[in-house]
Amino acid sequence: MDQNRKVHQFKNPVLNWIEFRLPIISYFKKEYGDYPMPKNCNYFWSFGALATITLITMIVSGIFLAMNYTPHTDMAFDSVERIMRDVNYGWLMRYIHSNGAAFFFIIVYIHIVRAMYFGSYKYPRELNWILGVFIFLLMMATSFLGYTLPWGQMSYWGATVITNLFSAIPIIGDGLKTWLLGDYNVGNATLNRFFALHYVLPFVIFGVVGLHVAAVHVHGSNNPDGIDIKTKNDSVNFFPYMLIKDTVAMCAFGVAISAVIFFGPNLMAEVDNYIPADPLVTPAHIVPNWYLAPFYAILRAVPDKLGGVLLMFGAIVILFVLPWLDRSKVRSCNYRPIYKWFMMGFFVNFFALGYVGMLPAEGLYLLIARIGLLYYFGFFFIITPFVGWIEKPSKLPLSISDVYAKNIAPNIGGGEKGMPSPAMQKDTNL
Amino acid sequence: MAKKPDNKRRDFLQLSTVTLGAVGTAAFIWPFLKSMSPAEDTLAAGSTEVDISAIEEGQSITIKWRGKPVFIKKRTKDEIDAAKMVQASDLRDPQDDADRVQKEEWLVLVGVCTHLGCVPLGQKVSDMKGEYDGWYCPCHGSHYDTSGRIRKGPAPKNLDVPPYTFLNDTTIKIG
Repeated sequence: MDQNRKVHQFKNPVLNWIEFRLPIISYFKKEYGDYPMPKNCNYFWSFGALATITLITMIVSGIFLAMNYTPHTDMAFDSVERIMRDVNYGWLMRYIHSNGAAFFFIIVYIHIVRAMYFGSYKYPRELNWILGVFIFLLMMATSFLGYTLPWGQMSYWGATVITNLFSAIPIIGDGLKTWLLGDYNVGNATLNRFFALHYVLPFVIFGVVGLHVAAVHVHGSNNPDGIDIKTKNDSVNFFPYMLIKDTVAMCAFGVAISAVIFFGPNLMAEVDNYIPADPLVTPAHIVPNWYLAPFYAILRAVPDKLGGVLLMFGAIVILFVLPWLDRSKVRSCNYRPIYKWFMMGFFVNFFALGYVGMLPAEGLYLLIARIGLLYYFGFFFIITPFVGWIEKPSKLPLSISDVYAKNIAPNIGGGEKGMPSPAMQKDTNL
Repeated sequence: MAKKPDNKRRDFLQLSTVTLGAVGTAAFIWPFLKSMSPAEDTLAAGSTEVDISAIEEGQSITIKWRGKPVFIKKRTKDEIDAAKMVQASDLRDPQDDADRVQKEEWLVLVGVCTHLGCVPLGQKVSDMKGEYDGWYCPCHGSHYDTSGRIRKGPAPKNLDVPPYTFLNDTTIKIG
């Protein structure tokens, strides 16, 4: 169309040939080479990259597991045992995949905590936040479907309990549940479709992650001080500075996940799932995976079937509107003296909900779950809009470079970690 | 800032980081590739014991070994003589009959044509046995003799002899 458009010139003629037809090389150079990152970003900003790497690891290990897995009620459990005993390195594939799922959630939770605490969800990154919540939902669905596949007792009864949630919907509930299962109970039809969906959803996630990354690159990354890049002095190039930083984070992550895979591969697994599924016997305690436990606690805290289901899904859906519930223009909680503590309280509360979600729903545990439920929704509906209205934020630095100026009061906080030395900063802007 | 960058040191760090990364990636990829090769239970099925006491002279049986047909034939005196008479140097894939059997009367072959993998005819009495009275591949017309050697047709090699041992007079272990 436009023969006059400017084509990037490289020394290598092959690159020029490609670039003229598909400007992918200059795209990568722009988005991953010269892409400016705020120079005060700390290690919290490495978790997006870690999550991407984990997603790829999950997809790869999953494909290799699928080569040896049989999605049939009579053979699924045995095929998993065959993977563990007979397939070369099958045990490694499976432990990478099962522990990888748990670590994926750890990383994504830290990623979400970072986005909430430093206000990354606010203008102009709201759509990015929405895409992120969407990814989180897809992840929960995928992990639930995958947990059914080994066809152990927890797989079977977990699938039974979760699909029964749909029967809470008035009038169409029972019909909907039967349609989802393809049977009157969790059976072979269910296992087949769960396998098909578990295989395809990660690729959907991968696509949404692509949009998520593209969206954040439009306005650039947020940072611990929540202020925009104003001059070239405020940023460093992604390559090599942030790439190296992400690589260090990746090495630390690799050590952590390897320690679990090789020395405690079943730490986060339920022993009951090593018993083949039996539709006639329910295990004494049905527990969800720990990473879904906070939502499970909310479900059980409500003494009404439909109400519990609505609040549980509501607890996730509420995240979509967080950018509009928070009226404060200040992004980073480092500059919000009141909201900061409510935010920390929210994280502690979420952790407490997860803890009681793994325990029987009775006595003190039930009480804690109910208080936690109140705080969870109170935080979004009352605290977040109200505090934004009454709070007087502390004085924001004039620019990111200003944070490092010596005459700034030391109580500003934020960005202590991973701060490049002044010598390096200058180096980067050559 | 005023310090000159130490390029030797940088080169060393860069090279060692890239090398370590490459070795690490290779070490990570290896288990995935290895998982695609036959699993332990598949390897355990890699050898088969066969009772040959019921096979009469001139009769041939087909058994399955590693998913492929294996022919076990108790040859007649005439067939053995016919196989021995051939000059190895006249053949497309020169081999003496003595090199293809452990005991003269027992011929063990992988029943897969060396042309394109069909199973040759000749196991049943009613089958076509080809011009050399051994086996005949119906797919593209390869003729094998009473030692399973290629004599006519497109196949390049003689029928394979699988590894086997006589456990005793009536049992063969294949594989």
